[in-house]
Amino acid sequence: MSRLGFFLKEALRALRRSAAPSIAAIVTIVVTVLLLGVLVPVLQTTQGKTEEVRDQLLLKVFGGEEATDKEVKGLQGRIERIPHVRKVEFVSKQQGLKILKERLGDDTITQELHRNPLPAAFNVFPDDADNLEAIRNDLEPPNSKGEPEPFSPIIADVEDSREEASKIRAVTGAIKIVLLAITGLLLVASLGLVGNTIRLSIYARRREVEVMSLVGATRWFVRWPFIIEGLVVGLLGAGTAVFILWLGKVTIVDPLSDRFALVAAQNTIDFLPLVAILIASAMAVSALGSGITLRRFLQV
Amino acid sequence: MATRTRARRRARADATPAAAPRQGPPPILELRSATVIYPGGHIGLERASLEVTRGEFTFLVGPTGCGKSTFIKTLIREVEPAEGQVLIAGRDIATLPAKRIPYLRRRVGTVFQDFKLLPNRNVYDNVAYALQVIGASRSEIRSMVPETLRLVGLSTKIHSYPDELSGGEQQRVSVARAFVNHPPLLLADEPTGNLDPVTSIGIMQLLYRINRTGTTVLVATHDREMVDKMRRRVVRLEEGRIISDEAAGMYAQDESTTEFAVRMRAEMGVGAEGHTNGEDH
Repeated sequence: MSRLGFFLKEALRALRRSAAPSIAAIVTIVVTVLLLGVLVPVLQTTQGKTEEVRDQLLLKVFGGEEATDKEVKGLQGRIERIPHVRKVEFVSKQQGLKILKERLGDDTITQELHRNPLPAAFNVFPDDADNLEAIRNDLEPPNSKGEPEPFSPIIADVEDSREEASKIRAVTGAIKIVLLAITGLLLVASLGLVGNTIRLSIYARRREVEVMSLVGATRWFVRWPFIIEGLVVGLLGAGTAVFILWLGKVTIVDPLSDRFALVAAQNTIDFLPLVAILIASAMAVSALGSGITLRRFLQV
Repeated sequence: MATRTRARRRARADATPAAAPRQGPPPILELRSATVIYPGGHIGLERASLEVTRGEFTFLVGPTGCGKSTFIKTLIREVEPAEGQVLIAGRDIATLPAKRIPYLRRRVGTVFQDFKLLPNRNVYDNVAYALQVIGASRSEIRSMVPETLRLVGLSTKIHSYPDELSGGEQQRVSVARAFVNHPPLLLADEPTGNLDPVTSIGIMQLLYRINRTGTTVLVATHDREMVDKMRRRVVRLEEGRIISDEAAGMYAQDESTTEFAVRMRAEMGVGAEGHTNGEDH
Protein backbone atom coordinates (compact mmCIF):
# COMPACT_ATOMS: atom_id res chain seq x y z
CA MET A 1 0.00 0.00 0.00
CA SER A 2 2.81 2.36 0.89
CA ARG A 3 4.40 1.26 -2.36
CA LEU A 4 1.39 2.36 -4.36
CA GLY A 5 1.58 5.68 -2.56
CA PHE A 6 5.24 5.94 -3.51
CA PHE A 7 4.46 5.26 -7.17
CA LEU A 8 1.66 7.82 -7.20
CA LYS A 9 3.84 10.43 -5.55
CA GLU A 10 6.67 9.77 -7.97
CA ALA A 11 4.36 9.99 -10.99
CA LEU A 12 2.80 13.27 -9.85
CA ARG A 13 6.19 14.72 -8.99
CA ALA A 14 7.40 13.84 -12.49
CA LEU A 15 4.32 15.40 -14.08
CA ARG A 16 4.78 18.63 -12.18
CA ARG A 17 8.45 18.86 -12.94
CA SER A 18 8.42 18.04 -16.67
CA ALA A 19 5.35 20.15 -17.34
CA ALA A 20 6.19 21.04 -20.96
CA PRO A 21 6.47 17.49 -22.36
CA SER A 22 3.49 16.43 -20.28
CA ILE A 23 1.36 19.22 -21.72
CA ALA A 24 2.54 18.34 -25.22
CA ALA A 25 1.47 14.74 -24.64
CA ILE A 26 -1.88 15.86 -23.23
CA VAL A 27 -2.54 18.15 -26.21
CA THR A 28 -1.73 15.35 -28.64
CA ILE A 29 -4.17 13.08 -26.88
CA VAL A 30 -6.84 15.81 -26.83
CA VAL A 31 -6.55 16.18 -30.60
CA THR A 32 -6.64 12.45 -31.25
CA VAL A 33 -9.60 11.85 -29.00
CA LEU A 34 -11.47 14.82 -30.47
CA LEU A 35 -10.99 13.42 -33.96
CA LEU A 36 -12.15 10.01 -32.86
CA GLY A 37 -15.05 11.49 -30.94
CA VAL A 38 -16.26 13.31 -34.03
CA LEU A 39 -15.47 10.68 -36.63
CA VAL A 40 -16.97 7.68 -34.85
CA PRO A 41 -20.51 9.14 -34.72
CA VAL A 42 -20.13 10.51 -38.25
CA LEU A 43 -19.21 7.06 -39.52
CA GLN A 44 -22.09 5.54 -37.64
CA THR A 45 -24.50 8.15 -38.97
CA THR A 46 -23.45 7.32 -42.50
CA GLN A 47 -24.08 3.69 -41.79
CA GLY A 48 -27.35 4.37 -40.03
CA LYS A 49 -28.68 6.51 -42.85
CA THR A 50 -27.89 3.81 -45.36
CA GLU A 51 -29.95 1.36 -43.38
CA GLU A 52 -32.82 3.79 -43.19
CA VAL A 53 -32.71 4.56 -46.87
CA ARG A 54 -33.05 0.90 -47.65
CA ASP A 55 -36.38 0.82 -45.86
CA GLN A 56 -37.59 4.02 -47.43
CA LEU A 57 -37.32 5.57 -50.87
CA LEU A 58 -39.97 3.46 -52.64
CA LEU A 59 -42.34 0.59 -52.26
CA LYS A 60 -42.92 -2.23 -54.71
CA VAL A 61 -46.42 -3.60 -55.02
CA PHE A 62 -46.60 -7.00 -56.67
CA GLY A 63 -49.67 -8.50 -58.20
CA GLY A 64 -50.50 -12.15 -57.70
CA GLU A 65 -49.01 -14.73 -60.06
CA GLU A 66 -52.29 -15.44 -61.78
CA ALA A 67 -53.29 -11.78 -62.05
CA THR A 68 -53.02 -10.39 -65.57
CA ASP A 69 -51.37 -7.09 -66.46
CA LYS A 70 -54.77 -5.60 -67.03
CA GLU A 71 -56.16 -6.61 -63.66
CA VAL A 72 -53.18 -5.19 -61.89
CA LYS A 73 -53.06 -2.00 -63.91
CA GLY A 74 -56.62 -1.40 -62.87
CA LEU A 75 -55.43 -0.74 -59.36
CA GLN A 76 -53.16 2.14 -60.40
CA GLY A 77 -55.77 4.82 -59.91
CA ARG A 78 -56.59 3.58 -56.44
CA ILE A 79 -52.96 3.57 -55.39
CA GLU A 80 -52.47 7.04 -56.83
CA ARG A 81 -55.25 8.31 -54.61
CA ILE A 82 -53.46 7.18 -51.42
CA PRO A 83 -52.22 10.26 -49.58
CA HIS A 84 -48.52 11.20 -49.95
CA VAL A 85 -48.07 9.12 -53.10
CA ARG A 86 -46.08 11.22 -55.54
CA LYS A 87 -45.88 8.86 -58.47
CA VAL A 88 -46.96 5.34 -59.41
CA GLU A 89 -45.09 3.44 -62.07
CA PHE A 90 -46.57 0.32 -63.67
CA VAL A 91 -44.19 -2.56 -64.50
CA SER A 92 -45.83 -5.17 -66.72
CA LYS A 93 -44.95 -8.86 -66.62
CA GLN A 94 -43.01 -8.41 -69.87
CA GLN A 95 -41.04 -5.43 -68.54
CA GLY A 96 -40.32 -7.37 -65.37
CA LEU A 97 -38.84 -10.23 -67.36
CA LYS A 98 -36.74 -7.80 -69.38
CA ILE A 99 -35.38 -6.26 -66.18
CA LEU A 100 -34.61 -9.71 -64.81
CA LYS A 101 -32.77 -10.66 -68.02
CA GLU A 102 -30.74 -7.49 -67.87
CA ARG A 103 -29.90 -8.02 -64.29
CA LEU A 104 -28.84 -11.64 -64.74
CA GLY A 105 -26.93 -10.88 -67.92
CA ASP A 106 -27.65 -14.46 -68.90
CA ASP A 107 -30.51 -15.62 -71.11
CA THR A 108 -30.29 -19.33 -70.35
CA ILE A 109 -32.35 -19.25 -67.20
CA THR A 110 -35.14 -17.17 -68.67
CA GLN A 111 -35.15 -19.30 -71.83
CA GLU A 112 -35.85 -22.40 -69.79
CA LEU A 113 -39.05 -20.86 -68.53
CA HIS A 114 -42.19 -22.03 -70.31
CA ARG A 115 -44.12 -19.01 -69.23
CA ASN A 116 -43.43 -15.71 -67.55
CA PRO A 117 -43.57 -16.34 -63.79
CA LEU A 118 -43.07 -12.72 -62.91
CA PRO A 119 -46.01 -10.76 -61.59
CA ALA A 120 -46.94 -7.31 -62.78
CA ALA A 121 -45.95 -4.67 -60.30
CA PHE A 122 -46.08 -1.01 -59.27
CA ASN A 123 -43.25 1.18 -58.14
CA VAL A 124 -44.78 3.56 -55.62
CA PHE A 125 -42.81 6.73 -54.88
CA PRO A 126 -43.68 8.76 -51.79
CA ASP A 127 -43.62 12.55 -51.71
CA ASP A 128 -41.31 12.32 -48.69
CA ALA A 129 -39.28 9.38 -47.45
CA ASP A 130 -40.83 9.89 -44.01
CA ASN A 131 -44.32 9.06 -45.33
CA LEU A 132 -43.48 5.61 -46.63
CA GLU A 133 -44.86 3.86 -43.60
CA ALA A 134 -48.18 5.66 -44.00
CA ILE A 135 -48.47 4.62 -47.63
CA ARG A 136 -47.60 1.09 -46.80
CA ASN A 137 -50.22 1.10 -44.12
CA ASP A 138 -52.83 2.21 -46.65
CA LEU A 139 -51.72 -0.47 -49.11
CA GLU A 140 -51.82 -3.15 -46.45
CA PRO A 141 -54.26 -2.09 -43.74
CA PRO A 142 -54.29 -4.40 -40.71
CA ASN A 143 -56.93 -7.10 -40.86
CA SER A 144 -59.00 -8.37 -37.98
CA LYS A 145 -56.01 -10.23 -36.57
CA GLY A 146 -53.91 -7.07 -36.68
CA GLU A 147 -51.75 -8.46 -39.50
CA PRO A 148 -51.24 -6.31 -42.60
CA GLU A 149 -53.27 -7.51 -45.55
CA PRO A 150 -53.31 -5.92 -49.02
CA PHE A 151 -56.42 -3.87 -49.69
CA SER A 152 -57.09 -5.92 -52.84
CA PRO A 153 -56.78 -9.69 -53.36
CA ILE A 154 -55.00 -8.97 -56.63
CA ILE A 155 -52.01 -7.67 -54.69
CA ALA A 156 -49.81 -10.49 -53.48
CA ASP A 157 -47.01 -8.57 -51.82
CA VAL A 158 -45.63 -5.16 -50.92
CA GLU A 159 -41.86 -4.79 -50.78
CA ASP A 160 -39.21 -2.22 -50.04
CA SER A 161 -36.86 -1.33 -52.81
CA ARG A 162 -33.56 -2.93 -52.12
CA GLU A 163 -32.01 -2.02 -55.40
CA GLU A 164 -32.17 1.70 -54.79
CA ALA A 165 -30.93 1.25 -51.28
CA SER A 166 -27.93 -0.70 -52.43
CA LYS A 167 -26.99 2.04 -54.88
CA ILE A 168 -27.11 4.58 -52.12
CA ARG A 169 -25.24 2.22 -49.91
CA ALA A 170 -22.49 2.00 -52.50
CA VAL A 171 -22.08 5.74 -52.46
CA THR A 172 -22.17 6.07 -48.69
CA GLY A 173 -19.87 3.05 -48.50
CA ALA A 174 -17.30 4.89 -50.57
CA ILE A 175 -17.60 7.92 -48.32
CA LYS A 176 -17.23 5.64 -45.32
CA ILE A 177 -14.05 4.09 -46.69
CA VAL A 178 -12.55 7.51 -47.29
CA LEU A 179 -13.48 8.60 -43.76
CA LEU A 180 -12.08 5.39 -42.32
CA ALA A 181 -8.83 5.86 -44.19
CA ILE A 182 -8.53 9.42 -42.91
CA THR A 183 -9.31 8.28 -39.36
CA GLY A 184 -6.75 5.51 -39.65
CA LEU A 185 -4.04 7.85 -40.88
CA LEU A 186 -4.81 10.39 -38.18
CA LEU A 187 -4.72 7.66 -35.56
CA VAL A 188 -1.36 6.39 -36.73
CA ALA A 189 0.02 9.93 -36.76
CA SER A 190 -1.33 10.64 -33.27
CA LEU A 191 0.02 7.38 -31.89
CA GLY A 192 3.43 8.26 -33.29
CA LEU A 193 3.19 11.70 -31.70
CA VAL A 194 2.14 10.32 -28.34
CA GLY A 195 4.92 7.73 -28.43
CA ASN A 196 7.47 10.37 -29.31
CA THR A 197 6.32 12.73 -26.59
CA ILE A 198 6.52 9.98 -24.01
CA ARG A 199 9.98 9.05 -25.27
CA LEU A 200 11.09 12.65 -24.82
CA SER A 201 9.77 12.81 -21.29
CA ILE A 202 11.51 9.57 -20.40
CA TYR A 203 14.72 10.71 -22.04
CA ALA A 204 14.60 13.80 -19.87
CA ARG A 205 14.53 11.52 -16.87
CA ARG A 206 17.04 8.89 -17.96
CA ARG A 207 19.28 9.91 -15.09
CA GLU A 208 16.58 9.03 -12.61
CA VAL A 209 16.12 5.68 -14.32
CA GLU A 210 19.87 5.14 -14.19
CA VAL A 211 20.01 5.87 -10.47
CA MET A 212 17.01 3.64 -9.83
CA SER A 213 18.55 0.65 -11.54
CA LEU A 214 21.87 1.43 -9.84
CA VAL A 215 20.43 1.15 -6.36
CA GLY A 216 18.68 -2.06 -7.25
CA ALA A 217 15.18 -1.15 -8.39
CA THR A 218 13.45 -3.96 -10.25
CA ARG A 219 12.25 -3.24 -13.76
CA TRP A 220 8.65 -3.06 -12.74
CA PHE A 221 9.51 -0.74 -9.90
CA VAL A 222 11.10 1.64 -12.39
CA ARG A 223 8.21 1.23 -14.77
CA TRP A 224 5.20 1.81 -12.54
CA PRO A 225 5.62 5.55 -11.98
CA PHE A 226 5.95 6.05 -15.73
CA ILE A 227 2.88 3.95 -16.43
CA ILE A 228 0.87 5.85 -13.83
CA GLU A 229 2.11 9.07 -15.36
CA GLY A 230 0.90 7.79 -18.73
CA LEU A 231 -2.48 6.94 -17.24
CA VAL A 232 -2.81 10.42 -15.77
CA VAL A 233 -1.77 12.05 -19.05
CA GLY A 234 -4.28 9.89 -20.92
CA LEU A 235 -7.03 10.71 -18.46
CA LEU A 236 -6.37 14.45 -18.56
CA GLY A 237 -6.14 14.48 -22.37
CA ALA A 238 -9.22 12.37 -22.93
CA GLY A 239 -11.12 14.28 -20.24
CA THR A 240 -10.39 17.61 -21.91
CA ALA A 241 -11.37 16.24 -25.31
CA VAL A 242 -14.59 14.77 -23.95
CA PHE A 243 -15.47 18.09 -22.35
CA ILE A 244 -14.99 19.82 -25.71
CA LEU A 245 -17.07 17.13 -27.42
CA TRP A 246 -19.81 17.57 -24.86
CA LEU A 247 -19.79 21.34 -25.40
CA GLY A 248 -20.05 20.74 -29.15
CA LYS A 249 -22.89 18.28 -28.68
CA VAL A 250 -24.88 20.58 -26.43
CA THR A 251 -24.35 23.80 -28.40
CA ILE A 252 -24.29 22.57 -32.01
CA VAL A 253 -25.51 19.03 -32.57
CA ASP A 254 -28.47 18.89 -30.22
CA PRO A 255 -30.20 22.07 -31.49
CA LEU A 256 -29.65 20.97 -35.09
CA SER A 257 -30.99 17.50 -34.52
CA ASP A 258 -34.28 19.01 -33.35
CA ARG A 259 -34.74 20.57 -36.75
CA PHE A 260 -33.10 18.18 -39.21
CA ALA A 261 -33.84 14.51 -39.31
CA LEU A 262 -30.48 13.74 -40.85
CA VAL A 263 -28.55 15.17 -37.91
CA ALA A 264 -30.56 13.23 -35.38
CA ALA A 265 -28.41 10.16 -35.50
CA GLN A 266 -30.71 7.50 -34.14
CA ASN A 267 -28.31 4.69 -34.78
CA THR A 268 -25.14 6.22 -33.37
CA ILE A 269 -23.47 5.19 -30.16
CA ASP A 270 -24.72 6.90 -27.01
CA PHE A 271 -22.62 9.67 -25.60
CA LEU A 272 -21.69 7.89 -22.37
CA PRO A 273 -20.33 4.64 -23.82
CA LEU A 274 -18.46 6.70 -26.42
CA VAL A 275 -16.88 8.76 -23.66
CA ALA A 276 -15.97 5.67 -21.65
CA ILE A 277 -14.36 3.97 -24.64
CA LEU A 278 -12.43 7.11 -25.62
CA ILE A 279 -11.07 7.69 -22.13
CA ALA A 280 -10.19 4.05 -21.56
CA SER A 281 -8.37 3.72 -24.86
CA ALA A 282 -6.50 7.00 -24.41
CA MET A 283 -5.31 5.89 -20.98
CA ALA A 284 -4.36 2.45 -22.25
CA VAL A 285 -2.44 3.86 -25.20
CA SER A 286 -0.41 6.32 -23.17
CA ALA A 287 0.28 3.87 -20.34
CA LEU A 288 1.37 1.18 -22.77
CA GLY A 289 3.40 3.75 -24.68
CA SER A 290 5.25 4.68 -21.50
CA GLY A 291 5.88 1.10 -20.50
CA ILE A 292 7.10 0.01 -23.90
CA THR A 293 9.31 3.04 -24.49
CA LEU A 294 10.93 2.46 -21.14
CA ARG A 295 12.14 -0.99 -22.14
CA ARG A 296 14.92 0.60 -24.14
CA PHE A 297 16.19 2.53 -21.14
CA LEU A 298 16.09 -0.50 -18.90
CA GLN A 299 18.55 -2.46 -21.01
CA VAL A 300 21.44 -1.14 -18.96
CA MET B 1 17.58 -9.96 9.28
CA ALA B 2 21.38 -10.15 9.31
CA THR B 3 21.42 -13.84 10.11
CA ARG B 4 18.86 -14.57 7.48
CA THR B 5 20.81 -12.90 4.71
CA ARG B 6 23.99 -14.58 5.84
CA ALA B 7 22.28 -17.94 5.75
CA ARG B 8 20.96 -17.21 2.29
CA ARG B 9 24.37 -16.19 1.10
CA ARG B 10 25.85 -19.39 2.43
CA ALA B 11 23.14 -21.44 0.80
CA ARG B 12 23.81 -19.73 -2.50
CA ALA B 13 27.53 -20.35 -2.25
CA ASP B 14 26.94 -24.02 -1.50
CA ALA B 15 24.62 -24.33 -4.43
CA THR B 16 27.23 -23.03 -6.85
CA PRO B 17 29.39 -25.81 -8.18
CA ALA B 18 31.86 -23.20 -9.45
CA ALA B 19 32.87 -22.47 -5.88
CA ALA B 20 35.80 -24.70 -5.16
CA PRO B 21 35.77 -26.40 -1.77
CA ARG B 22 37.61 -24.16 0.62
CA GLN B 23 37.91 -23.36 4.28
CA GLY B 24 35.56 -20.67 5.58
CA PRO B 25 33.32 -18.40 3.52
CA PRO B 26 34.16 -17.66 -0.11
CA PRO B 27 35.83 -14.35 -0.96
CA ILE B 28 33.33 -11.52 -1.23
CA LEU B 29 34.43 -10.91 -4.77
CA GLU B 30 36.49 -12.93 -7.14
CA LEU B 31 37.45 -12.56 -10.78
CA ARG B 32 38.65 -15.63 -12.60
CA SER B 33 40.52 -14.78 -15.75
CA ALA B 34 37.80 -12.29 -16.72
CA THR B 35 38.12 -10.73 -20.16
CA VAL B 36 35.90 -7.88 -21.33
CA ILE B 37 35.86 -6.86 -24.95
CA TYR B 38 33.81 -3.82 -25.93
CA PRO B 39 31.98 -3.66 -29.23
CA GLY B 40 34.56 -2.44 -31.70
CA GLY B 41 37.26 -4.67 -30.28
CA HIS B 42 38.55 -2.44 -27.50
CA ILE B 43 39.71 -4.58 -24.62
CA GLY B 44 38.38 -3.46 -21.22
CA LEU B 45 39.85 -6.25 -19.13
CA GLU B 46 42.22 -9.01 -20.09
CA ARG B 47 42.38 -12.25 -18.11
CA ALA B 48 42.01 -10.41 -14.83
CA SER B 49 42.03 -12.61 -11.74
CA LEU B 50 41.59 -11.26 -8.27
CA GLU B 51 40.25 -12.27 -4.90
CA VAL B 52 39.08 -9.88 -2.22
CA THR B 53 38.24 -11.28 1.17
CA ARG B 54 35.54 -9.95 3.43
CA GLY B 55 36.37 -6.78 5.29
CA GLU B 56 39.28 -5.79 3.08
CA PHE B 57 40.00 -2.24 1.90
CA THR B 58 41.43 -2.47 -1.59
CA PHE B 59 42.58 0.13 -4.10
CA LEU B 60 42.37 -0.36 -7.80
CA VAL B 61 44.82 2.03 -9.46
CA GLY B 62 46.09 2.84 -12.90
CA PRO B 63 45.99 5.55 -15.53
CA THR B 64 42.75 6.67 -17.17
CA GLY B 65 41.46 4.03 -19.57
CA CYS B 66 43.26 1.15 -17.88
CA GLY B 67 40.07 -0.72 -17.12
CA LYS B 68 39.24 0.43 -13.59
CA SER B 69 35.70 1.42 -14.43
CA THR B 70 35.22 -1.72 -16.50
CA PHE B 71 36.35 -3.71 -13.49
CA ILE B 72 33.76 -1.99 -11.28
CA LYS B 73 31.03 -2.38 -13.90
CA THR B 74 31.60 -6.13 -14.24
CA LEU B 75 30.92 -6.48 -10.51
CA ILE B 76 27.38 -5.15 -10.84
CA ARG B 77 26.90 -6.77 -14.23
CA GLU B 78 26.62 -3.55 -16.12
CA VAL B 79 29.27 -5.10 -18.33
CA GLU B 80 29.53 -8.83 -18.88
CA PRO B 81 32.85 -10.56 -19.45
CA ALA B 82 33.29 -12.41 -22.72
CA GLU B 83 35.41 -14.98 -20.96
CA GLY B 84 36.11 -15.92 -17.39
CA GLN B 85 33.93 -15.55 -14.34
CA VAL B 86 32.91 -12.90 -11.86
CA LEU B 87 31.87 -14.25 -8.48
CA ILE B 88 30.22 -12.23 -5.76
CA ALA B 89 30.09 -14.02 -2.41
CA GLY B 90 31.02 -17.23 -4.18
CA ARG B 91 28.29 -17.03 -6.82
CA ASP B 92 28.98 -16.63 -10.51
CA ILE B 93 26.88 -13.59 -11.36
CA ALA B 94 26.70 -14.57 -15.04
CA THR B 95 24.32 -17.35 -13.93
CA LEU B 96 21.91 -14.86 -12.37
CA PRO B 97 18.76 -14.40 -14.42
CA ALA B 98 18.35 -10.80 -15.59
CA LYS B 99 15.45 -10.43 -13.17
CA ARG B 100 17.79 -11.04 -10.22
CA ILE B 101 20.32 -8.35 -11.15
CA PRO B 102 18.53 -5.66 -9.13
CA TYR B 103 18.89 -7.88 -6.08
CA LEU B 104 22.62 -8.22 -6.75
CA ARG B 105 22.88 -4.44 -6.90
CA ARG B 106 21.14 -4.10 -3.57
CA ARG B 107 23.97 -6.12 -2.02
CA VAL B 108 26.62 -3.95 -3.67
CA GLY B 109 26.75 -0.23 -2.95
CA THR B 110 28.25 1.98 -5.66
CA VAL B 111 29.75 5.47 -5.56
CA PHE B 112 30.77 7.40 -8.66
CA GLN B 113 32.97 10.35 -9.52
CA ASP B 114 29.96 12.38 -10.69
CA PHE B 115 27.89 11.51 -7.58
CA LYS B 116 24.73 10.67 -9.61
CA LEU B 117 22.46 12.47 -7.16
CA LEU B 118 18.94 13.41 -8.14
CA PRO B 119 19.00 17.21 -8.34
CA ASN B 120 15.33 17.72 -7.52
CA ARG B 121 15.46 15.88 -4.20
CA ASN B 122 17.02 17.01 -0.97
CA VAL B 123 19.72 15.11 0.89
CA TYR B 124 17.29 13.10 2.96
CA ASP B 125 15.18 12.08 -0.05
CA ASN B 126 18.23 11.16 -2.12
CA VAL B 127 19.34 8.72 0.55
CA ALA B 128 15.82 7.51 1.34
CA TYR B 129 15.33 6.82 -2.37
CA ALA B 130 17.71 3.85 -2.22
CA LEU B 131 15.55 2.36 0.53
CA GLN B 132 12.21 3.18 -1.12
CA VAL B 133 13.39 1.47 -4.28
CA ILE B 134 14.08 -1.79 -2.45
CA GLY B 135 10.72 -1.62 -0.72
CA ALA B 136 11.81 -0.69 2.81
CA SER B 137 9.08 0.23 5.24
CA ARG B 138 8.51 3.80 6.29
CA SER B 139 9.78 3.15 9.82
CA GLU B 140 12.96 1.54 8.51
CA ILE B 141 13.56 4.55 6.30
CA ARG B 142 12.89 6.91 9.19
CA SER B 143 15.49 5.25 11.35
CA MET B 144 18.15 4.29 8.82
CA VAL B 145 18.43 7.51 6.82
CA PRO B 146 19.26 9.85 9.74
CA GLU B 147 21.62 7.24 11.14
CA THR B 148 23.53 7.01 7.86
CA LEU B 149 23.57 10.78 7.41
CA ARG B 150 25.07 11.04 10.90
CA LEU B 151 27.73 8.54 9.90
CA VAL B 152 28.75 10.61 6.85
CA GLY B 153 28.58 13.85 8.81
CA LEU B 154 25.65 15.50 7.06
CA SER B 155 23.09 15.58 9.86
CA THR B 156 22.80 19.35 9.55
CA LYS B 157 22.24 19.35 5.79
CA ILE B 158 19.27 17.02 5.66
CA HIS B 159 17.03 19.51 3.85
CA SER B 160 19.63 20.91 1.45
CA TYR B 161 19.44 20.20 -2.27
CA PRO B 162 22.48 18.86 -4.13
CA ASP B 163 23.20 22.20 -5.82
CA GLU B 164 23.45 23.83 -2.40
CA LEU B 165 26.20 21.44 -1.34
CA SER B 166 29.94 21.42 -1.98
CA GLY B 167 31.47 18.64 -4.05
CA GLY B 168 32.68 16.87 -0.94
CA GLU B 169 29.26 17.03 0.64
CA GLN B 170 27.62 15.74 -2.50
CA GLN B 171 29.99 12.80 -2.52
CA ARG B 172 29.10 12.15 1.11
CA VAL B 173 25.44 12.01 0.17
CA SER B 174 26.32 9.57 -2.59
CA VAL B 175 28.28 7.42 -0.12
CA ALA B 176 25.36 7.55 2.29
CA ARG B 177 23.01 6.39 -0.45
CA ALA B 178 25.32 3.51 -1.34
CA PHE B 179 25.70 2.47 2.29
CA VAL B 180 22.24 3.11 3.72
CA ASN B 181 21.07 -0.49 3.37
CA HIS B 182 24.41 -1.77 4.68
CA PRO B 183 25.61 -3.77 1.69
CA PRO B 184 28.46 -6.21 2.37
CA LEU B 185 30.39 -4.72 -0.55
CA LEU B 186 30.92 -1.05 -1.44
CA LEU B 187 32.43 -0.05 -4.77
CA ALA B 188 33.73 3.46 -5.43
CA ASP B 189 34.75 4.54 -8.91
CA GLU B 190 37.03 7.60 -8.66
CA PRO B 191 35.17 8.91 -5.61
CA THR B 192 37.66 11.76 -5.20
CA GLY B 193 38.18 12.45 -8.89
CA ASN B 194 36.42 15.82 -8.70
CA LEU B 195 37.63 16.84 -5.26
CA ASP B 196 40.61 18.67 -3.83
CA PRO B 197 43.12 16.83 -1.59
CA VAL B 198 41.68 18.04 1.72
CA THR B 199 38.17 17.05 0.77
CA SER B 200 39.46 13.79 -0.67
CA ILE B 201 40.98 12.83 2.66
CA GLY B 202 37.60 13.41 4.24
CA ILE B 203 35.95 11.04 1.76
CA MET B 204 38.66 8.44 2.21
CA GLN B 205 38.26 8.71 5.96
CA LEU B 206 34.56 8.12 5.50
CA LEU B 207 35.15 5.06 3.31
CA TYR B 208 37.60 3.79 5.89
CA ARG B 209 35.01 4.30 8.60
CA ILE B 210 32.53 2.27 6.56
CA ASN B 211 35.18 -0.39 6.05
CA ARG B 212 35.63 -0.55 9.82
CA THR B 213 31.99 -1.56 10.19
CA GLY B 214 32.87 -4.76 8.34
CA THR B 215 31.97 -3.72 4.81
CA THR B 216 34.41 -4.68 2.09
CA VAL B 217 35.48 -1.54 0.20
CA LEU B 218 36.97 -1.41 -3.27
CA VAL B 219 38.11 2.00 -4.50
CA ALA B 220 39.19 2.70 -8.06
CA THR B 221 41.36 5.81 -8.36
CA HIS B 222 44.21 7.34 -10.29
CA ASP B 223 45.27 9.42 -7.29
CA ARG B 224 48.57 7.67 -6.72
CA GLU B 225 49.75 9.91 -3.93
CA MET B 226 46.63 9.29 -1.89
CA VAL B 227 46.90 5.56 -2.41
CA ASP B 228 50.54 5.46 -1.37
CA LYS B 229 49.74 7.30 1.82
CA MET B 230 46.75 5.13 2.65
CA ARG B 231 48.91 2.00 2.93
CA ARG B 232 46.26 -0.46 1.94
CA ARG B 233 46.14 -3.27 -0.55
CA VAL B 234 46.78 -1.88 -4.01
CA VAL B 235 45.92 -3.61 -7.26
CA ARG B 236 47.47 -2.00 -10.33
CA LEU B 237 45.81 -2.18 -13.71
CA GLU B 238 47.34 -1.32 -17.04
CA GLU B 239 45.64 -1.76 -20.39
CA GLY B 240 43.14 -4.11 -18.85
CA ARG B 241 45.66 -6.35 -17.16
CA ILE B 242 46.46 -6.64 -13.48
CA ILE B 243 50.17 -5.88 -13.33
CA SER B 244 50.69 -5.93 -9.60
CA ASP B 245 48.86 -6.73 -6.38
CA GLU B 246 50.59 -5.42 -3.32
CA ALA B 247 48.99 -6.72 -0.20
CA ALA B 248 50.52 -3.67 1.52
CA GLY B 249 51.38 -4.94 4.93
CA MET B 250 52.59 -1.52 5.91
CA TYR B 251 49.52 -0.44 7.75
CA ALA B 252 48.46 -1.06 11.28
CA GLN B 253 45.40 -3.27 11.17
CA ASP B 254 43.68 -1.56 14.04
CA GLU B 255 44.21 2.05 13.17
CA SER B 256 41.20 4.05 14.29
CA THR B 257 39.59 6.44 11.85
CA THR B 258 40.89 9.43 13.79
CA GLU B 259 44.42 8.09 13.82
CA PHE B 260 44.00 7.37 10.14
CA ALA B 261 42.93 10.92 9.35
CA VAL B 262 45.65 12.49 11.43
CA ARG B 263 48.30 10.37 9.74
CA MET B 264 46.88 11.03 6.27
CA ARG B 265 46.83 14.78 6.80
CA ALA B 266 50.34 14.74 8.12
CA GLU B 267 51.63 12.67 5.23
CA MET B 268 49.77 14.70 2.62
CA GLY B 269 51.06 17.90 4.17
CA VAL B 270 47.64 19.20 5.07
CA GLY B 271 47.07 20.91 8.41
CA ALA B 272 45.34 18.82 11.05
CA GLU B 273 42.96 21.69 11.62
CA GLY B 274 41.83 21.58 7.99
CA HIS B 275 38.20 21.12 7.06
CA THR B 276 37.17 17.71 6.02
CA ASN B 277 33.96 18.74 4.40
CA GLY B 278 35.45 21.03 1.83
CA GLU B 279 33.37 23.99 2.91
CA ASP B 280 35.70 26.27 0.99
CA HIS B 281 34.29 25.31 -2.41
